[in-house]
Amino acid sequence: MSPLHVLVVDDHAMFRTGVRAELQKDPGVVVVGEAEDVDTAVPAVLAARPDVVLLDVHMPGGGGAEVIRRVLPQAPEVRFLALSVSDAAEDVIGVIRAGARGYVTKTISGAELVDALHRVASGDAVFSPRLAGFVLDAFAGTIEVAQVDEDLDRLTEREREVMRLIARGYAYKEVAKELFISVKTVETHVSSVLRKLQLSSRHELTKWASDRRLI
Amino acid sequence: MPGPGSHEGATWWRRVARACDDAEVSQSVAPPRPARRAFRPADRRVVGGVAAGVAEHLDVPVLWVRVGFVVTTWLNGAGVVAYLLLWRFLPLRRPELSPGLESATRRGLRPVGSPGPVEVLQTAAVVALGAGVLLLVHGGGPFGLSPVLPLLVVVVGVAVVWRQIDDASWQSWFTRTTGAGFVLRVAAGLALVGFGVLYLVTQERGLSGVGDLGVALLVAVLGFLLLLGPWIVSLVTDLGSERRERIRSQERADVAAHLHDSVLQTLALLQKNASDPAAVATLARRQERELRSWLYGEEELPGDSWAAALRDVRADVEETHRIAVELVVVGDVPLDADLVAVVRAAREAVVNAAKHAGVDRVDVYAEVGQGAVEVFVRDRGTGFDPDAIADDRMGVRGSIVGRVESRGGTARVRSGPDGTEVAITMPLSADPAASPEEPR
Repeated sequence: MSPLHVLVVDDHAMFRTGVRAELQKDPGVVVVGEAEDVDTAVPAVLAARPDVVLLDVHMPGGGGAEVIRRVLPQAPEVRFLALSVSDAAEDVIGVIRAGARGYVTKTISGAELVDALHRVASGDAVFSPRLAGFVLDAFAGTIEVAQVDEDLDRLTEREREVMRLIARGYAYKEVAKELFISVKTVETHVSSVLRKLQLSSRHELTKWASDRRLI
Repeated sequence: MPGPGSHEGATWWRRVARACDDAEVSQSVAPPRPARRAFRPADRRVVGGVAAGVAEHLDVPVLWVRVGFVVTTWLNGAGVVAYLLLWRFLPLRRPELSPGLESATRRGLRPVGSPGPVEVLQTAAVVALGAGVLLLVHGGGPFGLSPVLPLLVVVVGVAVVWRQIDDASWQSWFTRTTGAGFVLRVAAGLALVGFGVLYLVTQERGLSGVGDLGVALLVAVLGFLLLLGPWIVSLVTDLGSERRERIRSQERADVAAHLHDSVLQTLALLQKNASDPAAVATLARRQERELRSWLYGEEELPGDSWAAALRDVRADVEETHRIAVELVVVGDVPLDADLVAVVRAAREAVVNAAKHAGVDRVDVYAEVGQGAVEVFVRDRGTGFDPDAIADDRMGVRGSIVGRVESRGGTARVRSGPDGTEVAITMPLSADPAASPEEPR
């Protein structure tokens, strides 16, 4: 198996160094580049064409969401994993909606990060407990406040169940065991939640965010 | 109205909640529904933000509102008048952000909300269409200058001026009796009144006179705006920058104070405890949590709400037992006695995990669902057999299961080689958001 090419985008040099050191312990991962803001990240990604971009949410030039918006039209095969110290639900959901395939917090361990990178590279979504909580909050909140929302896909009962287990700290394997389904099925559910999140109407999520006084 | 309504504001329940104790208070009062206020969202306005604000208030698509304003304009200009009145009287609301987000926004680290190009184009199209219909209906013909044209110019002029002075300086604009602002106000007022008079006068003379004068006035109004535009802009920027400077220096002081109180103290403690890794980790974690909640919100006072109470438990247990508690909370409700019992039971579960499971991390997930709250406390440590616990050991049976069941909830403990999970469910006594007046 060829190693995974990763590009690290973060505006803190010290953090980039730390992540690089952490990732290089794993032979399956190669860090092919770094960037510190939106304007350097976009050309760096387009030049290096990494498998996964590890992306900070808050960055000079418009944040991680802006990088995704500029890169995806030109390089749709590049995958993004958001990694941030910021806990603001709106920004996290924002970067996911821009196209990131997962979100993990900066306190994640090295091994977990490598695992998440491989997962994203293979096309799956990565939900940390916190992101699962944000997602449940977003969908629950909108269902309560909106009378008409045909264009907002709701979560199915099963998807909700999976999200809840992830929010409870279950790993995918444990979710599968708990629900008597295969890990592959868990991944399918998680991916479909991600898709719904990315496609659902802007209006409703704006409203959700404004109800929570996030915007 | 007696009861909830007689309390002032939306915060009365906080005091009630603080007084709550799961042993003493059993009654729960539904809080009053907070008054919904319409406002103009500063980050989503195309012209004045009126349509966006009204749409949000009435919970309808903003396009309907815009079309509504345009259509009612055909009826003697009612729509424009309504729009201008709402513009003047609806407060502008700028997004209120936590310090971290505020500063991230200022430095361009995060995307900012603004109407997209599609929305602007759509609005322009709706307005153009409306103006066209208006001219056709009221004007002599599609190409002749009609009496509504000067009025439209006035409206546009007013909109331009208002957008410039929007809100930050309204106060000084109207209270100032000397200086540029006052002169400007009088001049603008006189110009508008003069225009109205002229318009009436020329109407006596028929449409051709209106046309000629309309063009003349159009030129005059444009000239007026050209002359005074820079003045207005500089006035507004002066006021704005002065205000910004003041706020900035205040904020700098706040940040300095905060850093001194928290980060500096922690750094000192870290140096003192450098030889004790567990203490260092605990200190760092506490500081991280504190800074995070200061930067990115979550700043309710403990005791105010269910979520805040759980966050409080997390902070407390992390500190005392040197363990990481990963807390995810979905939804929130005001605390009542039942929920206080749940919080205490959950705390007991977390403490049990910290003491006996032999792990360095506990996951806590809490959700406010339809009619019930649920809490899950999970660890991946060494499990135990719940049935094998001696009767005199109060932990699980008394403090968790008993405490919850005595209030009508359920608690389930599941333990095995993969770890332990405690699931607590408590029905909500009344759904305050859905039915504030409903008796218990």
